[in-house]
Amino acid sequence: MAETLQAPITVSFDYTRSTGPVLGAFLGGLRDRVVLGGRTSDGRVVVPPPEFDPATHEQVSELVPVAAEGEVVSWTWVPEPVAAQPLDRPFAWVLVRLDGADSTFLHALDVASADDVETGMRVRVRWADERAGAITDIACFEPSHAPPVEEVAQQPSRNQGAGGEPVTGVVTPVALDYTYAASPEESAFYRALADGRVVGQRCPVCRKVYVPPRGACPVDGVPTTEEVELPDTGTVTTFCIVNVPFLGQRIQPPYVSAYVLLDGADIAFLHLIQGIPADEVRMGLRVRAVWRPREEWSTTIENISHFEPTSEPDADYATIEGHL
Amino acid sequence: MRDVAVVGFAQRQMPVFDGSPTCVELLVPIIAEAYEQTGFTKVDIDFWCSGSSDYLAGRAFSFVAAVDAIGPTPPVAESHLEMDAAWALYEAWLKIQTGQADTALVYGFGKSSAGVLRRTLALQLDPYTMTPLWPDTVSLAALQARLGIDAGLWDEKAMAEVVQRSLTDAEKNEYAVRSGGSSVADLLARPVYADPLRKHDCAPVTDGAAAIVLAAGDRAREASDRPAWISGITHSVDALHLGSRDLTRSPSAARAGAGVDLDEVEVAELHAPFSHQELILRTELGLGSAVQVNPSGGPLAANTMFAGGLIRIGEAARRIWDGSAGVTLGHATAGPLLQQNLVCTLEVR
Repeated sequence: MAETLQAPITVSFDYTRSTGPVLGAFLGGLRDRVVLGGRTSDGRVVVPPPEFDPATHEQVSELVPVAAEGEVVSWTWVPEPVAAQPLDRPFAWVLVRLDGADSTFLHALDVASADDVETGMRVRVRWADERAGAITDIACFEPSHAPPVEEVAQQPSRNQGAGGEPVTGVVTPVALDYTYAASPEESAFYRALADGRVVGQRCPVCRKVYVPPRGACPVDGVPTTEEVELPDTGTVTTFCIVNVPFLGQRIQPPYVSAYVLLDGADIAFLHLIQGIPADEVRMGLRVRAVWRPREEWSTTIENISHFEPTSEPDADYATIEGHL
Repeated sequence: MRDVAVVGFAQRQMPVFDGSPTCVELLVPIIAEAYEQTGFTKVDIDFWCSGSSDYLAGRAFSFVAAVDAIGPTPPVAESHLEMDAAWALYEAWLKIQTGQADTALVYGFGKSSAGVLRRTLALQLDPYTMTPLWPDTVSLAALQARLGIDAGLWDEKAMAEVVQRSLTDAEKNEYAVRSGGSSVADLLARPVYADPLRKHDCAPVTDGAAAIVLAAGDRAREASDRPAWISGITHSVDALHLGSRDLTRSPSAARAGAGVDLDEVEVAELHAPFSHQELILRTELGLGSAVQVNPSGGPLAANTMFAGGLIRIGEAARRIWDGSAGVTLGHATAGPLLQQNLVCTLEVR
């Protein structure tokens, strides 16, 4: 049983990459159902073609069509595929030597069980119905009963690829699932917030109060152990006016993000300032937390909707000078 | 060349770390232990270098948060690699060679249990032709193992012998997350996991962290009665494309090994996350049967990502400190299928 607060999180993003002449031709070929290898200085045909020769370091310039079928050189069985693999049912990974190639090529093989795959078996490419110029244009391999292809018909071509126009870029979506854990100190902070309290921790060496509490004091490198309850009032130390719209923005610009130094704390923390025109927010402004309705509270900083001005006079600069 | 020694080593390894992926809470006691071993404090450390990965942590700049653990105010000289911390040790060793530092503290950390490790590691492959297929680490190792079996270079019995020795030795290692020998016959009777690999052929998913203290010359003698002097350290890499090399070999391991003197090595800590990879490494490094391999239990007992290689060097140093060996080897690997390899020889003087 975990002591810390944990929550699932998916980190997802798209990698957009340019392809260059060699990979662009290879991926353009796949879109047009042609597999291209690159001839390296030792005379071998390597699939996928390397961009640069491993021995001479020259750009690989001779692209050679190879067959879309070949022989299994090694394999393993995947009883439980993970997300985004070529098949969502049990399958085999195979290293395939395509007819006309000298190297091996990794992809999935669609067979019903591990009993249906063996080293030396013949397989052929199963093309994806919709192809975009990416390695996934090969949906997978499937068993073949045809004899090896003795000669691949097309002529070698330079860079253009036998299949037509090279692609210039690929977009690879990445989505990774995590169970994210807060540190023990952060967990205490969020649990207190669920009760409407703000707690920080004091470094036993330098006596500074950190909120949110951290695993260690960055000055002394020792655990911050002593819990300190803080009021929900404080002073704006510095701020910025957000004018730029961005993906996921929840408040209409312009609005103010500010560092608020809670009374009794030594480190300011970031929150929103509302209830005052953006152009009137200033350093030294005294503010108080505005809490959401109690029934909406959970273990989140969002229990505090924002900070708003109190009616007190501004704090002296000297009171925030050491906390900027 | 300046004489540089490993004078401190501390680690924590566990199946699941109940804490944040920045591992600050793990690093604080580890660094305290390293201070205790050496008598150093923060002001004695001239250079700090770490290895970790944001992909493993699932958050951006996790290593920046981890820096809290060393107390970097006022500022310290610090560097970070998105690699196993064994390469951070290499950087620290170089820094000491330049004369800009006399001491360094190197640390690495990883919370693999936060995500699906074998899937996350697909991001270290070629991004055009491999990552979009999401080949998992265990499957790639299985393809490599079968190539060697089919070629007659090793067999499942030889792999099981590696596991049997590792898990038996791991019984003495308090940080082993998998231990307990049985017999080769019993291991071979267990079910296949990623054909031809069984679960015990694969390093267990491990959370943890480790730190090593390096010191030059008199600073080393001041910190340790029996410093483990670095007599050689080098690393090498193979091409990323798996189709461009013979996967039953690791030319970069051989090349790295040729850069140091391995003739007198008595104990080798090899960073082989899969049983057959230990067999590849022994061949590439030319280690004879007299060399004791992985007395700590090795990566098959515990393998914290981004610290596992550093831990091999730490374990090799401990054999020098405890007097059980005069010359030892620590090895680290990174990338798919032994793509990148680092060797570090240690000796008593």
